[in-house]
Amino acid sequence: MNTLQRQWFGNVRADLLAGIVVGLALIPEALAFAFIVGVDPRVALYASFTIAVITSFVGGRPGLISAATGAMALVLVSLMADHGLQYVLVATILTGIIQLILGGLGVANLMRFIPNSVMLGFVNALGIMIFITQMPYLFGSGAMTYIFAAATLILVYAVPRFFTAIPAPLIAIVVMTTIALLSGVKLQSIGDLGTMPNSLPTFFLPDIPLNFETLKIILPYSLALSVVGLLESLLTSQVLDDMTDTSSNKNREARGQGIANFITGFFGGMAGCALIGQSMINIKSGGRGRLSTFTAGVFLMFLIIVLGDLVIKIPMPVLAGVMVMVSMTTFNWGSFKFLRSAPRSESLVMLITVSIILYTHNLAIGVVIGVILSALFFVAKISRVNVTNELGIYKISGPLFFASTTKFIQAFDEVTEKTIVIDFEDSQLWDESAVGAILKVRQKLADKGIDVTIRGLNSSSELLYEKLL
Amino acid sequence: MKVAVAIDGSENAMRAAEHAVLIVRYLPDAELEIIFVADLSKAMDERLHTYSPESMSLRREQKVHPVLKMAEDANIYAELTMLKGNPSQEIIKHVNASGTDLLVIGSRGLNTLQEMVLGSVSHKVLKNVSCPVTVVK
Repeated sequence: MNTLQRQWFGNVRADLLAGIVVGLALIPEALAFAFIVGVDPRVALYASFTIAVITSFVGGRPGLISAATGAMALVLVSLMADHGLQYVLVATILTGIIQLILGGLGVANLMRFIPNSVMLGFVNALGIMIFITQMPYLFGSGAMTYIFAAATLILVYAVPRFFTAIPAPLIAIVVMTTIALLSGVKLQSIGDLGTMPNSLPTFFLPDIPLNFETLKIILPYSLALSVVGLLESLLTSQVLDDMTDTSSNKNREARGQGIANFITGFFGGMAGCALIGQSMINIKSGGRGRLSTFTAGVFLMFLIIVLGDLVIKIPMPVLAGVMVMVSMTTFNWGSFKFLRSAPRSESLVMLITVSIILYTHNLAIGVVIGVILSALFFVAKISRVNVTNELGIYKISGPLFFASTTKFIQAFDEVTEKTIVIDFEDSQLWDESAVGAILKVRQKLADKGIDVTIRGLNSSSELLYEKLL
Repeated sequence: MKVAVAIDGSENAMRAAEHAVLIVRYLPDAELEIIFVADLSKAMDERLHTYSPESMSLRREQKVHPVLKMAEDANIYAELTMLKGNPSQEIIKHVNASGTDLLVIGSRGLNTLQEMVLGSVSHKVLKNVSCPVTVVK
């Protein structure tokens, strides 16, 4: 069997079963994400169907589950509120183009530069924001709302203790919806807020003027969506690589996400990316191949078309209860331990990332600032250069580059010896600034009539020194 | 005789390992197998708490290393089995398939309520493996 055949048909039975489980698990969240953005549930359900099916063909990580996600939904909220659905669709298409280009340029290699403190900040802010979005459905609608939400929460946490074959949120939804219908309790339901699709998505061109004005509106959103989508997708891919002991092509995954979003926009779906939770469910249920992702997407659509009339009866407090659990799982509770045990700079990066996201309501801005900040901290950390003087032999330790030259030069401000040696055995010259700094020190000392010998340069430092001087 | 010890890097797993090493040392022709299961449901947490995929695998090695060292110091040959999945399920599957004569496992010492919430690995393993089990408290 060649690789592609194996990725599709190497694990048929387990892939089909896991795909069905994941398809079920995708529904509640897709519905909730639609309400977060303020679009009709069909926009998220269509997106989940097309994105899952397309990434199963063009994605880089077999078994990764991509669909409509909370992270992407949160970015889209203000675009939807200010400009409406057509702009959401065009932003989705543009996101696809940007991700495709970034994937072509090898964006996945940049994942190295995103430290885990930023990723922690990302998932924590995501968890908090999803939690906040559910509050309107829980408070101020009477005692029955609280009771149903609380009962749902108890079910989603208690059921997995005894039974794990079917995702607990789904069991909770079926049980609680049945109770609501039989008891005749009046609760706000999904049908009160939106409609279910009863057909497959169809191709159409979004109805907006294609001009510079439009681009100016959607570009910031598309850039943010691209960053958020790629971060979550590549992070999840990495974890799946580890879980399955296999490697995957991350740049292909980035391009796959792009293709999926590009096409999804034309089929009336909102932008999406990989889902952490559902991908983990897929692997834990035995899903490994592309067939599992494909099955999840198709089964989701099948269920919605067949059972749409029942889905609209799900009470909102029940869905909100499930989403509270989702937000709790998204939030990384180990972060509190991280704050205590990690280096202070990393804790600070995480806290700042969370704060910025919560303040701006934009996950991408938090991530970008977090990455810049941690890069600066890193430079500060490695730019420590030490100069020790022993009888006129000045030993340099630490790398010499643009960020560390000031301290190096200052160390030679008050030289009292007549002849000195500068020893670079524990150092490395990295750039022009390093060579320039040495030159400056030599001149300064020469002006005072001090004789300088330089020794211990390693071969690459020597080479740089010779080349630039 | 094949003695297996299941470890997870915790203190009670270390106590279990000490006990297993003791048994193997004083039994003629006994060999030791060290079983480590990387818990799949913790995969995302582990990634989020380490700087890179490489540092993540280092952290796992660090959990196994002290036990290997313990066996080496006691002059016993130890075979290492690294598995991935649900810890109790993987331990049960592996032990039942590999012809283990004795399994040594640590216990977290949870009370009834904690067991209900967290689930006891040693308890599940105890119920489902076909060989004798020593639970080390």
